[in-house]
Amino acid sequence: MDATSLAPAERAVKMLGGDLTEKSLRLHLEGLSGVDAVGLEARAAGLGTRSIKTTSKAWALDKIITLIDLTTLEGADTPGKVRSLVSKAITPDATDPSTPRVAAVCVYGDMVGTAVEALGDLHGDPDDGKISVAAVATAFPSGRASLRVKLADTEDAVAAGADEIDMVIDRGAFLAGNYGKVFEEIVAVKEACRRADGSYASLKVILETGELNTYDNVRRASWLSILAGGDFIKTSTGKVQPAATLPVTLLMLQIVQEWHRLTGQKVGVKPAGGIRASKDAIKYLVTVAETAGEEWLQPHLFRFGASTLLNDVLMQRQKMTTGRYSGPDYVTVD
Amino acid sequence: MTRLSIPKTYKLAIGGAFPRSESGRTYEVLTPKGAFLANAALASRKDARDAVVAARSAHAGWAGATAYNRGQVLYRIAELLEGRREQFVEEIRSSEGASAAAAAKQIDAAIDAWVWYAGWADKYSQVAGSGNPVAGPFFNLSVPEPTGVVVTIAPQGVAGGSLLGFVAAVAPALVAGNTVVAIADFTRPLSAISLAEVLATSDVPGGVVNVLTGSPAEIAPWLAAHADVNALDLTGAGDLDWVDLEIAAADTLKRVISPEPGIPALTLGRILAFTETKTVWHTKALI
Repeated sequence: MDATSLAPAERAVKMLGGDLTEKSLRLHLEGLSGVDAVGLEARAAGLGTRSIKTTSKAWALDKIITLIDLTTLEGADTPGKVRSLVSKAITPDATDPSTPRVAAVCVYGDMVGTAVEALGDLHGDPDDGKISVAAVATAFPSGRASLRVKLADTEDAVAAGADEIDMVIDRGAFLAGNYGKVFEEIVAVKEACRRADGSYASLKVILETGELNTYDNVRRASWLSILAGGDFIKTSTGKVQPAATLPVTLLMLQIVQEWHRLTGQKVGVKPAGGIRASKDAIKYLVTVAETAGEEWLQPHLFRFGASTLLNDVLMQRQKMTTGRYSGPDYVTVD
Repeated sequence: MTRLSIPKTYKLAIGGAFPRSESGRTYEVLTPKGAFLANAALASRKDARDAVVAARSAHAGWAGATAYNRGQVLYRIAELLEGRREQFVEEIRSSEGASAAAAAKQIDAAIDAWVWYAGWADKYSQVAGSGNPVAGPFFNLSVPEPTGVVVTIAPQGVAGGSLLGFVAAVAPALVAGNTVVAIADFTRPLSAISLAEVLATSDVPGGVVNVLTGSPAEIAPWLAAHADVNALDLTGAGDLDWVDLEIAAADTLKRVISPEPGIPALTLGRILAFTETKTVWHTKALI
């Protein structure tokens, strides 16, 4: 996924034609059909009512773990905290070695080196049973910095060994209708994800849907991010309420599916923030399977950005293996 | 014109709210003569699980309150019970078939039990704690601390005990700062739920006392095995397979109180049964 064969912005050129201007981009984005908010929320609520039990639930719980970006994004993060996060990513449940590993750990850019070192040989692609390192960049979480600073932030993280970059879009520019600026930034950051060997770190574009106000804006921002070369579209930073919601994720999955139908390319979706219970995470799995398709249920196409979710999944898993309810004393204190 | 009476639906008390059972089940509460009295929620294992989560999240706040404050809050329950005496007398009379005098006597005893236990809140640690003599320049202090989440099976079907038995089982666990998940008397749960309504309007934080109505035989095994429960009070479990419950509780090293017929006496021992002793060494000042 990281070494996408298309150069950045090539998607936009293909979709919109050679003379890519702010005006043509605006016309395209504002020409997108509006979102039926009531229908979207009703559909999301309907998908949330499925009852997933016994073997299906066991499968779902393991699948959720393999899709988690285990995250710590605090001002108070220390190298020690990142190392313990990595140990948890490698061995989520010490009482049960059959527990799968998470897809990635997600940290601030300056902690990438620590995470890579702590992972050692286990640093790599989730498809090979290894764990990736994702770094938030571009003046996360506000995105209020000059492009120069954002690019330097990104380059540092990639140079330190980050496999995935979670960038935030400039919501101020987006809301002011300055789509070209947002687009250019994503393209530039995508280019900054290029490694010395010519391959690219995977780029997740955080829309911060909680600040975009309308589903129409979410659709435009998603489309914009995909056109600019994003490998993933991600709902939120986790620092703004509301963070990920099921309707917003459903909408983004629909957009990704539409893009796939038009171009054959697969773009990933990452809901992040506020998903704390296994029950909620299972609703997301159902939504993915029913919207984008089951092939999206793999680490290169769907992720959960979460920290406390893992503990709840582990407690549910323990309940399924031991037959008795587990408690917070039987998982780690993060 | 005759007026239709509006019967009350008795629901569960979990986390300061009064939900119906997650399972949607109810059962009929009858008078001793078999007449219909009310519908009560028939709690499921998931209600029990939710109650434990509520009790766990309320524990830090309740245990962290000062002992004096806990005493005041428990005393306030007695004050409020006094104000709703009529309702309890009515419920006890209809569900136990007791006389007005016997019902009044029971509620008096229940109020007195709250007052008695409230008084202990800032005193029990002086009695149970100690300054230990040690061979060295140290203060060595042992203090009791709450054990955590306590599951209580209230006395079942005891004459004159539908309210008093519940209070005598639940109140001592609260004194030290534990939070409680209580399974009410199956056949006579009304006054336990009404008591939960009193607690919700007193100063007791939501989640400190959670009341489940339903079959103890169905719910208790799940709570006895639950890894996030710290103590199991089997006072009213005499008719259940309580040995199995004790075995299940042992898996996760819970404190256990064995079944006891009748209404439990008010004792300091019941407070201390739900405490853990912490011993601290502290250097003496070098003067």
